[in-house]
Amino acid sequence: MLIQEGAAAAFHPQIAGPASFAVRNLWLVPAVPIVAAGVIALLKQPRRKLSAGLAIGSLGFSMLLAFVAFAHVAAGWASGVAVRETVNFTWIQAGTASVALGWVLDPLSAVMLVMVTFVGLLIFIYSTGYMAHDENFTRFFCFLSLFAGAMLGLVISNSILLLFMCWELVGLTSYLLIGFWYHKPSAAAAAKKAFMTTRVGDVLFLLGMVWLFAQTGTLLFYNNGAGSMEGWALGGLISAHAGLGLTAAGAIGLLIFAGAVGKSGQFPLHVWLPDAMEGPTPVSALIHAATMVAAGVYLVARVYPLMQAGAAANGTTTALIVITWIGSITAVFAALIAIAQNDIKRILAYSTVSQLGYMMAGLGIGGVAVGMFHLITHAFFKSLLFLGAGSVIHGCHEEQDVRHMGGLKAYMPWTFATYAIAMLALCGFPLLFSGFWSKDAILESAKGWEISKGPYYLLVFGAVLTAFYMTRQVSYVFFGKWRGHHPAHESPRVMVLPMAILALFAVLLGLIGTPAWPWFRSFLEGHGAEANLSVFGEPAFLMLLGTSCIVVFLGIGIAWWLYGNRSPAAEEPDALEKAVPLVWAGLRDRLYVDEFYDVTVIAFYRAWARVANWLDRRVWGGIVAGVALAFRGLAHLDRLIDESWVNGGFDKGCEELSTGGGLLARMQTGRVQTYLRLLALAFVVLAAILIWSSRP
Amino acid sequence: MSIPFFVISALTVAGGLAAMTLKNTVHCALALSVAFAGIALLFLSLDAQFAGFAQILIYIGAVAILVVFAILLTRGSETPTDGVHSGTWLVGLAIAAAVFAVLGWAVLASAPGLHDEAAAPVVTVRDIGNALMGRYVLPLEIVALLLTAATIGAVIVAMHEKARTK
Amino acid sequence: MTPLAGYLLVAALLFAIGLGGALIRRNAILVLIGIELMLNAANLNLIAFWRYGPHPEALTGMMFAIFSIAVAAAEAAVGLGLIISIYRHAQTTDLDRINRMKG
Repeated sequence: MLIQEGAAAAFHPQIAGPASFAVRNLWLVPAVPIVAAGVIALLKQPRRKLSAGLAIGSLGFSMLLAFVAFAHVAAGWASGVAVRETVNFTWIQAGTASVALGWVLDPLSAVMLVMVTFVGLLIFIYSTGYMAHDENFTRFFCFLSLFAGAMLGLVISNSILLLFMCWELVGLTSYLLIGFWYHKPSAAAAAKKAFMTTRVGDVLFLLGMVWLFAQTGTLLFYNNGAGSMEGWALGGLISAHAGLGLTAAGAIGLLIFAGAVGKSGQFPLHVWLPDAMEGPTPVSALIHAATMVAAGVYLVARVYPLMQAGAAANGTTTALIVITWIGSITAVFAALIAIAQNDIKRILAYSTVSQLGYMMAGLGIGGVAVGMFHLITHAFFKSLLFLGAGSVIHGCHEEQDVRHMGGLKAYMPWTFATYAIAMLALCGFPLLFSGFWSKDAILESAKGWEISKGPYYLLVFGAVLTAFYMTRQVSYVFFGKWRGHHPAHESPRVMVLPMAILALFAVLLGLIGTPAWPWFRSFLEGHGAEANLSVFGEPAFLMLLGTSCIVVFLGIGIAWWLYGNRSPAAEEPDALEKAVPLVWAGLRDRLYVDEFYDVTVIAFYRAWARVANWLDRRVWGGIVAGVALAFRGLAHLDRLIDESWVNGGFDKGCEELSTGGGLLARMQTGRVQTYLRLLALAFVVLAAILIWSSRP
Repeated sequence: MSIPFFVISALTVAGGLAAMTLKNTVHCALALSVAFAGIALLFLSLDAQFAGFAQILIYIGAVAILVVFAILLTRGSETPTDGVHSGTWLVGLAIAAAVFAVLGWAVLASAPGLHDEAAAPVVTVRDIGNALMGRYVLPLEIVALLLTAATIGAVIVAMHEKARTK
Repeated sequence: MTPLAGYLLVAALLFAIGLGGALIRRNAILVLIGIELMLNAANLNLIAFWRYGPHPEALTGMMFAIFSIAVAAAEAAVGLGLIISIYRHAQTTDLDRINRMKG
């Protein structure tokens, strides 16, 4: 095997002791950006500098803290200790059951923290330039900060419930940011579509989560042996059977993977990602390239012990097989569609879907390290591609159709340089770029997969397609002659500088993942790594290198031959279209997935909506109207009773009283003699009584 | 039950009746004096000499005069145009009759229990004086106060009216 | 019939006559005359009971009667003063007309 496989023995696990500074304060990493978001929400729109400063400052603080945490874990790795520290606490206690939350610091979360904060910070800085002319500047940074906090919370969470909560929050901020320009109907519709589609996955994720809690009795991943990803719980999950030949572990794993399918845009829930390009470009870079869509991949990596539990003799489980196939199919599916797109961001969107498929396949075949390495490198070069696209759009005065661009390498040299580096990294240009090493690791694992060679062939084909469509895009945008209306200009320094930094990393990151020194893999898996340059001479490595070269050059070559320096006018059909018009039409129309959903799922819901509407108007509305009518009748009856009986009775009573009073008043004649007579009469009566009673 | 008793009683009752039924008010006042005199004689027949003379002095000598003055001051001597009796005089008569009936019944019903001939007491003025200054000094003083108040009151009541009509 | 009963009957008759007059006559002064008659009847009652009572030497009845006479005189004075006052105010002594207290 090329890649060193656990040459040194796995590290000994960390001895439980007092929690380190890093893990004790790890909660600050997501908390500070969220608090910043809250403060920005209270600011008024004109406070631009303050809001941007708050957002960048808070994320910068989180980045420093992430570096501290990473250093702590790296120090542990360097001294042979596999660091995994947790801080858990009980949130709700209900009898004997309890809902626990907590966070974990281990190599996986450490690398994700560093990546999210670093890339995020660069994109924040880029956004101050990109959104400078937008009037909703403050709101943008509020949402961005909220997103950053939620994503970081997701990364460090040790409780599957906390992860789900951050998952949902990330989905919410994605909705808010896709629909940032909400008065555009297409943006609002795209935001809704994103939310709804990911919801499908989220429901299944929730089911898996609940099942996991019911089966293992704990929400925590790691809890000193009592967590759901630890031995005792996994044993229980493997032994429980769930029908269809699956163990509970497998079934739960598939349900959780369904959530990842939604969030990471795997086939068939990929339809929202291309539409999400309606949001501002920094949003596309940060959320829909580097971080949020990677959350699905991260989730699978986090629950990997569950996915892997009960591995059969062939070393894999049903869940992992499913993940691999779906990833591979997505990779090719999306790459095919990307060939025929004309919007600069849409090409990149489908490219993202495709690369996410690669990551999933990598996870399924090669394990956590393989998939995560591609995730990290992809984050850098894909976000760089998006930032470059944003720069191009900004420079071409909001033009997004590649057929109206061309020859920009002369007008926007910096953008061209960084974009080219990123494009080569994505294509997997040999040796120099990080993308080559990460994709190579995946291909290598696929080649050696015992279950089937299908994924390997699909992934190779996908690589060819990737090189093809990226070259097509670059030649349309940067080569040939300018086909736009107004002259283009380079972007300001505040936008170019982050791009340059990302480009640097797009190259340098490769160094930590080469087979000669697989530091990244060793770091994640917790064993030592040795530098061994002789690996480069092994025949297996050379054959792989050859395959990759052929693949990349084939793709670039064909595309250059078709498109090259030519710049056909916008109205002319594409070169490939002229060759295979039917295939082209199908690819351009996104292989009719959206239309299929429209006819089946959406139509189904429309019918139900009509039924519900009828129910609401006629039945419930009828009931309400009936109740209202009854009340009105009751009110009328009440009024009747009140007027006739109560008022009438009362009035009558008062009349009688009045009459009686009048009668009584006649006794008061005002004449003395009358009174005197009454006195005498009373005397008579009294005396008579007295005498009568005292008779013997 | 001796003859003088019947005669004096008849006189008194006649005087009283006349006082209440005559049309001319002055005649009524004079008849009242007759009745007072009869009462005084009855007192004398009951061996209450001091009371009898006091009766004559005060009632006939002062009260009757007072009544006559009042009649004169209010033109009561003029006979009213519509009758002297109230519209509902029968009711009043009935009530008075009822009162007499009750009183008479009380007297007759308790007749067996009444004391009879007791020795005629001998009451001298000196005895009365001693009693007034001894046992009944408090009522005496109070009556003095009362008389003072009445005098002042009557003067004020009459005087205010005089001041207004001026 | 004992002498006492005779005196008491006479007193009762006088009292009834006085009351009847007070209830029937319209002139206010005549009402006062009736009241005087009633008082006298009461005095007669008192003296009669004193004379035929158990302890005539205690002079209780006589004293009572004397005080009664004194008070009656005062009352007559005040009452007549009031009647004169009312006459000045209402220009009449007809009791049927004086009904300011009518309810």
